[in-house]
Amino acid sequence: MNITEQLRRSLTIVKKDLLIYYMKGPVVIFGLLLPAFLFISFAIGKELTMEFLFPSLLGMALFFTTTSIGPVIAPWETRMKTFERIVSAPIPLWAIILGDIIASLLFGLLIVFFIILVGVSLLGIEIITLSLVLGTILAAFCFSAFGLVMSAPPTDNPSSIMMLSSLIKFPLIFISGIFISVDKMPGGSKLVSFFSPLTYYTDIARHSIQGSGYFSPILDLLALLGFTILFFTVAIIWHKKSLTKRFS
Amino acid sequence: MDDKQKNIIEVSDLTKYYNGFLAVDKINFCVNRGEIFGFLGPNGAGKTTTIRMLTGIFKPTKGRININAYDMEKEPLKAKQLMGIVPEMANAYVDLSAYRNMVLIGELYGMKRQKIEEKSEELLKRFGLYERRHEKVKAFSKGMKQRLIIAMGLINDPKLLFLDEPTSGLDVESVRLIRDLIRKFNDEGTTIILTTHNIEEADRLCDRVAIMNHGKIAALDKPARLKHLIQSTSSIEVVFDRKVDKKNLRFEKVSSIKMAGDKIRLYTESPEDVIPSLVQYSQSSKNKILSINTLEPNLEDMFVKLTGEKK
Repeated sequence: MNITEQLRRSLTIVKKDLLIYYMKGPVVIFGLLLPAFLFISFAIGKELTMEFLFPSLLGMALFFTTTSIGPVIAPWETRMKTFERIVSAPIPLWAIILGDIIASLLFGLLIVFFIILVGVSLLGIEIITLSLVLGTILAAFCFSAFGLVMSAPPTDNPSSIMMLSSLIKFPLIFISGIFISVDKMPGGSKLVSFFSPLTYYTDIARHSIQGSGYFSPILDLLALLGFTILFFTVAIIWHKKSLTKRFS
Repeated sequence: MDDKQKNIIEVSDLTKYYNGFLAVDKINFCVNRGEIFGFLGPNGAGKTTTIRMLTGIFKPTKGRININAYDMEKEPLKAKQLMGIVPEMANAYVDLSAYRNMVLIGELYGMKRQKIEEKSEELLKRFGLYERRHEKVKAFSKGMKQRLIIAMGLINDPKLLFLDEPTSGLDVESVRLIRDLIRKFNDEGTTIILTTHNIEEADRLCDRVAIMNHGKIAALDKPARLKHLIQSTSSIEVVFDRKVDKKNLRFEKVSSIKMAGDKIRLYTESPEDVIPSLVQYSQSSKNKILSINTLEPNLEDMFVKLTGEKK
């Protein structure tokens, strides 16, 4: 079976995920509301410019939407006894994972597109640069792959994975230049922030909206690419390893 | 690959450990093209693990599997492409319609849209689901869901269909329909691998049966021969008024005697010949028979017999 055929089968997984998990009113509304509430609670009472706040909102929105559903698909399908059916089909595990990532990526891009639309049309923000477009797509893939890494533990209990993902996701928000830009972070925190992929996406957004960031946009894109390759590879290896335990 | 080859499945030294537990222990067998081959055994015997290795879900710890001459380790996708699979306790996507579920599986097998539509229509009609094809599966009964799952397993016209406990827990009507369809698809040329813990089902459907216990194949033969092998596990359970010495009950045709409280169990190939001897003993010893029952061999008896274990 050639690679095109395998990618075609990945798209079947994308369609399945979108139909079953993403294209539902409550999911879309939650995808918009959670980052909006986080943003409001962060922004109210502070004298910060919209140019500083908007990259933070973009970063949070993309990160939370792309890691919201992806981590729970595998445990949910294990519980519903549908995962074994998919795994037994003539589609390699990497293509199943890629399908789950693309579905999550599309959902994240939809939500961010809506936020950008509001930012441009209502708040008058000028943001469209090539690096932001590339960075948003790359970061959506990267965060989605990160979500699939979190779904690897062989459980059929989605709430366990939700708890695990919250434990990982929320601390990342605080060390990724969302609330305090990287250049204003103290030494130790700054060093830790370099290990978060969200740092580099927020930095690209700051370049595009504020006109300056901590790293160069090229470095941001390269870092996101590196994290993407790392998470995708780890997701495949861990899911492969956990397969026997998942069904036993 | 070669469709003229006699064996569609060849398995050698297949072994699987889970966390140090030996689930499948160096099994060897072949499945002939066109037969219905059954795995019979109690829960935990290793049937499902064997099926999961044959279908490429689990990697064997050791051993080789060839499906239609494709090495499962080297060419799993080519081997899977030939299979239809109905995993144990599998489910369709309950938020999708029956038709969408069929399309999903058809696309995962790389089928063209028109072919998917034709096969979906044909199979949903055969399984009595066509009228409700656009309803979400969550509204289906358990029997309807199982029929749909089997239909999904057949959408790619598989050469080889794996059915893991296909009738477990279903109503009589669904069981009959599924068994009839299994026979029909087999008549049309599909090789079928079936796991079950139901002796009667294996007897009715299978050309050959492998009896598994503790991860090993304890016996592999035609059902009629296996039944003959276990004939001597028929037994008579009798309760006397007073205590009886086992020695006095060693009649001709009694292969063994077991005592359990006040019950005495006599194992025999022909209960009808032993009962008169028991009655005669009761009369001559003036020890009344309080109860007497003949017991057909059950799975446990059969495994004990075939694996030579002591209870």
